[in-house]
Amino acid sequence: MIEAVGLHKSFGDTHALAGLDLDVAEGTILGVLGPNGAGKTTAVRVLTTLTRPDAGHATVAGIDVLRHPSEVRAKIGVAGQYAALDELLTGRENLRMVGRLYRVSTSDVRRRADELLERFELTDAADRTVKTYSGGMRRRLDLGAALMAQPPVIFLDEPTTGLDPKGRLSMWDLIAGLARSGTTVLMTTQYLEEADQLADDIVVIDHGRVIARGSADDLKRQVGGERLEITISDAPWLDMARTVLEAFGEGPARVHEEERRVSVAVASHDGVLTRAIRELDAAGVHVDDIGFRRPTLDEVFLSLTGRGVVEPAEVEA
Amino acid sequence: MTGFVWWLRDSWEMVKRNLIHIRRTPELLLDVTLSPIMFVLLFSFVFGGAINVGSEGGEEASYINFLMAGIFVQTVAFAGIYTGVLLANDLQKGMIDRFRSLPMSQSAVLTGRTVTDLMRATLAVAIMWIVGMLVGFRPEGGLVGNFAAVGIMLLFGFALSWVGVAMGALVRTPEALQGIMFAVVFPLTFVSSAFVPTETMPNWMRIFAENQPMTHVVNAVRDLTLGTDLYAAELPSVIWSVAFLAAFFPLGLWLYRRRTTQ
Repeated sequence: MIEAVGLHKSFGDTHALAGLDLDVAEGTILGVLGPNGAGKTTAVRVLTTLTRPDAGHATVAGIDVLRHPSEVRAKIGVAGQYAALDELLTGRENLRMVGRLYRVSTSDVRRRADELLERFELTDAADRTVKTYSGGMRRRLDLGAALMAQPPVIFLDEPTTGLDPKGRLSMWDLIAGLARSGTTVLMTTQYLEEADQLADDIVVIDHGRVIARGSADDLKRQVGGERLEITISDAPWLDMARTVLEAFGEGPARVHEEERRVSVAVASHDGVLTRAIRELDAAGVHVDDIGFRRPTLDEVFLSLTGRGVVEPAEVEA
Repeated sequence: MTGFVWWLRDSWEMVKRNLIHIRRTPELLLDVTLSPIMFVLLFSFVFGGAINVGSEGGEEASYINFLMAGIFVQTVAFAGIYTGVLLANDLQKGMIDRFRSLPMSQSAVLTGRTVTDLMRATLAVAIMWIVGMLVGFRPEGGLVGNFAAVGIMLLFGFALSWVGVAMGALVRTPEALQGIMFAVVFPLTFVSSAFVPTETMPNWMRIFAENQPMTHVVNAVRDLTLGTDLYAAELPSVIWSVAFLAAFFPLGLWLYRRRTTQ
């Protein structure tokens, strides 16, 4: 449904896109993952006809983005990081205006706006100006506007950035609902958890090109298998804990000093947990928490690029 | 439906949006209501007695009759350039990106803006006309002359709206344009026949004043409202407005496209 080949775009000396390839199958969600400045927003702007690429080729719903931008616009809905709404119009007026500009018939515009307001829990606020809306309400209305013409393809640029956990969960529900109803979704995010939760496929982009792709599980496998992770009570024992764990782990242990956490890759579960507890106890290390953990996408990104997606302190959150 | 009909419908949609803005923030109308009233009153009472605008049948000609054309044209000129401030304002918000991603006529965003501002200018002219009459303005151009005068000033305002669009698409912030607007439009109105006859200006200034567009439009409006020299001075004013439109309509559209496709 969405296809991009070799997209290039530079702004002065900055190469926002450096040969980006994307491919999204109908009815699936592609998560485009990358840190700030990786080129995510530029990619969305090119695919939604807002920015012309310097080179490359893209089609959306089978239509050439560069040659027939206005036909593409009739097939897509866009919702972004900065809710594109009119602050002085009410929620209902915003939806109706966008619907009419999508050239939806007048009776359908009214019905559809009411439906979306209901579905996105905005009925009570429908006749208030958007100025008075909370961040979460704006995002929901923004997504509603994108859906006014029931387009087959939706682009979401960091749909939950800046939202509180409650707002984020409610956006996730709505996005998951879209894919269930057969809509193709391309979603950018810098939250690994978000891509993990929602996306069928994930591409990791950095410096304007794709550096990895696959399902969340594929990507996790790329980094390595499961790890045994412990959190200990007293920081001075970290070295001791490391020595004990490295004795039966695969490769070197990772130590997170501030959180008093040590982890090591393990080949299998067999007897590992009991043995670890016994040996740590014998060595006098007090353990607060112990368990197996599969790598998070944060670690995937770290291993792919050599740096984290967000502040190191937040990575393990 | 044809492209033209869609363009009309989309433009109307944009006009409706702008009118809702005005309804919800009426202070957006201050520049076309309060300021012109203030100008009519200030100029007629403060300068009225001091400025001699020649004589009419042995009697000193009325300054308010002379002045009104100047105030009209100054107000529609400001309202026209102010289009750019409103557009620059819009460009700072996310809504333009939404419009750009919709299958609508892209120029409708701009025509909607300029048509709304033409309505604002019309309101301003109506208010000034009434206030002017209250303080002694006696237009003698007859129905045809007066309507022609209004048409000429609104055409000029509409043309300057497109100059405003071009400027609005160029500047980074609306505040910047507001500064430029005062620095350009004020001198242009004062160095023209808007408030005083050009005869008393120094020679070099007079040459400029008598040939710049503002003077042509002011003279046409003045002649038409006062019923003197009917239809003699109209042509250059209309030519100026049409020339502005011909140059700045495509330029404004192009600059807007360039600004929003980055």
